[in-house]
Amino acid sequence: MSALIKNPFNHDLPPLEAPLVNVQLDGQWVKVPKGLNIIEVAKRFGKFIPHYCYHPKLSIAGNCRMCLFEMGMPKLDANRKPVVDAEERPVINWLPRPQIACATQATEGMAIRTNSKLVKDCQEGVMEFLLINHPLDCPICDQAGECRLQEYAYDFGKGRSRFVEEKVKKPKRVDFGPRIILDDERCILCSRCIRFAREIAKQDVIGFVNRGSYSTLTVYPGRVFDSNYSLNTVDICPVGALTSKDFRFKMRVWFLREAKSICTECATGCNIIIGSRENIVYRLTPRVNEEVNSHWMCDQGRLGFHYIHSKKRVTEPASHLNGSLFPLEWSEALRTVAQKLMEFPPSEIAFLVSARLTCEELYLVKKLMETLGKGTEIFSEIIPRKGVADGLLRSADLNPNTKGAIGIGIGKEGRRIEELKNKIRAKEINCLFAIHENPEEVGIQEDILSSLSFYVWQGLIPGPAVHKANILLAGASFAEKSGTMINIAGRLQKLHKAILCPGRAREDWRILRDLLLLVGVKERVFEKINDVFDAMSKEIDLFESLSWNTVGDLGIDLSQKLKNRSIL
Amino acid sequence: MNATEKDLPQLEESFIEEAERIISQYPVSKRSASLPLLHLWQRHFGFVSPQGVQWIAEKLDLEPIAVEEIATFYPMIRQRPLGHYQFKVCRTLSCALAGSYEIFEYIKKSCKTVNEVGHHVYVSEDGKFSVEFVECLAACGNAPVMMLNEEEWMDVTQTKIDAILNHLIREKRKEEF
Repeated sequence: MSALIKNPFNHDLPPLEAPLVNVQLDGQWVKVPKGLNIIEVAKRFGKFIPHYCYHPKLSIAGNCRMCLFEMGMPKLDANRKPVVDAEERPVINWLPRPQIACATQATEGMAIRTNSKLVKDCQEGVMEFLLINHPLDCPICDQAGECRLQEYAYDFGKGRSRFVEEKVKKPKRVDFGPRIILDDERCILCSRCIRFAREIAKQDVIGFVNRGSYSTLTVYPGRVFDSNYSLNTVDICPVGALTSKDFRFKMRVWFLREAKSICTECATGCNIIIGSRENIVYRLTPRVNEEVNSHWMCDQGRLGFHYIHSKKRVTEPASHLNGSLFPLEWSEALRTVAQKLMEFPPSEIAFLVSARLTCEELYLVKKLMETLGKGTEIFSEIIPRKGVADGLLRSADLNPNTKGAIGIGIGKEGRRIEELKNKIRAKEINCLFAIHENPEEVGIQEDILSSLSFYVWQGLIPGPAVHKANILLAGASFAEKSGTMINIAGRLQKLHKAILCPGRAREDWRILRDLLLLVGVKERVFEKINDVFDAMSKEIDLFESLSWNTVGDLGIDLSQKLKNRSIL
Repeated sequence: MNATEKDLPQLEESFIEEAERIISQYPVSKRSASLPLLHLWQRHFGFVSPQGVQWIAEKLDLEPIAVEEIATFYPMIRQRPLGHYQFKVCRTLSCALAGSYEIFEYIKKSCKTVNEVGHHVYVSEDGKFSVEFVECLAACGNAPVMMLNEEEWMDVTQTKIDAILNHLIREKRKEEF
């Protein structure tokens, strides 16, 4: 598997060359790859073995005992040949004691019972022990609603406790790191976070001290767990012991509406779930995609969404006249922009486009440029953003859709920014359309912008020189629009609209579509994002033979096509 | 790391040599030397300080949390200094039946060990005495049993404790002169 992040373990993905073995699963003979973990064997056939400490991407600890199952092996005769029954199936010898599924691998003839009397007794017993010291603070616990302890207590527990003694007191509200709070009493000692820190985040500072009745999860005194991947421990924590400082006490998880999308903080394009309620995004969590981010995402990406609710955001179209901002009707704003764009000769117009736009938006920009250019090429450029790749998920390119911009033919990867600056200064370019970019960011300051005759700014949060803009168009953030982006490995992935645009802001593709109509492209009216994608797939050969519906939740690999065009 | 190195007590050449000798006994995995080194440190300094954990971890190329986990698992590895005179009272069945809990309370009262520094570990204000519970000392026939530092006392009674304490106080006076 070619995930961008290298997992140290992949218990759910056995090697492709593993031979198949026959395994009896709850009386049914099935074929599974040899060596596959029993939890995964059950999962493949719609059975569920409850587990806490087992995680498919971490080492096996085997300490929660929740995945106990009944195991049998083929009965052997005196010549060590399997004894077979009338149907030529091996007779099973059941082991008297249960085994842990996470540390057992499938072998030929193995028999598994996931819901026998013994297994149920084990599960009830383990649940009862786990609940002994667990505080009953579900009503104020952030994990409630997605808590494995709650779920398993309901599904596999006894339903009542026989415990009459005092619960063990442990530290509360421990500062676990800059982004995490630990409640030790809620911890069930599964050690997932410890193994994550050691094996993936490579910051081995967490451990259990005072092992025994008083086992306590702790960060080594004087150290902090501040890895850029630390918040993944909050995800993998099966209970509410680790909570995100950013999300805790903000929203009950069952109120969150979940939309599948991708992270737009860097070019890796980690698959995410946007959790929102009533048009406010509360959190981003990683969505499993073995081809990209596996189960993880970085803290920067996870916490980087707050700007979309910034008070500084432009939420209605407006015009600047003599230094003051006048709200406009969309139709009027767009009419002015379209008229102005058509007044300038094509050589005097420049588009400063963001590589954070979706492919559909970039395609519409391209179409707009082609229509305005009437054969001559209009200057366009993207603003490059360089970061530092960390060898895990963070990529050196901080624009999520650079490959898409190149593929559609917008800009030259930011190599002509200086040229743009000089051209504006020399008054060779008199009309600038900045889409989701602030020219100030690349040194096109107020003085340079003053020499423009017409400046349209479209986006979210304006820069310091926005008063130079004649027209402001309120665009949409990544959570407010659907579309596709191409990540650094050449994977085309979908964003889905999670919330509505604030105020009178509009999805950028709708703004661009209306501009296209006003400058005279009338042959096709796009009603839905699907229409834009399908039109794009007909006109741009990179997207040939694709349609909106064929791009699934996990995206489509375009790396070969991109390589053929030497974009990758 | 530099800061903690500065905090380290001046280690004697012989101590470091001994540590190296212990580590050399575990050629397959240095990690296995953690426990012997913790014992060495405790023998030398009386307890394992955070600096000790740090030093051992660096010596064994481990993260300090790994050594901390071991150090906190064993109650006999001390995280803080205990009293000059350490009472260890057995609380396993025979001794418990023979009244070791009463003995424990009596020692606590007589030695004014008021500060609880761990689970059932008490130290006196002046740091002279400490008292704690331990598990079986293997002299059940003579329960209740206790240890005073490295010395075993059997058939302990309150009078015996009074006698011991009087003796210790006399000793202490002698030391002072």
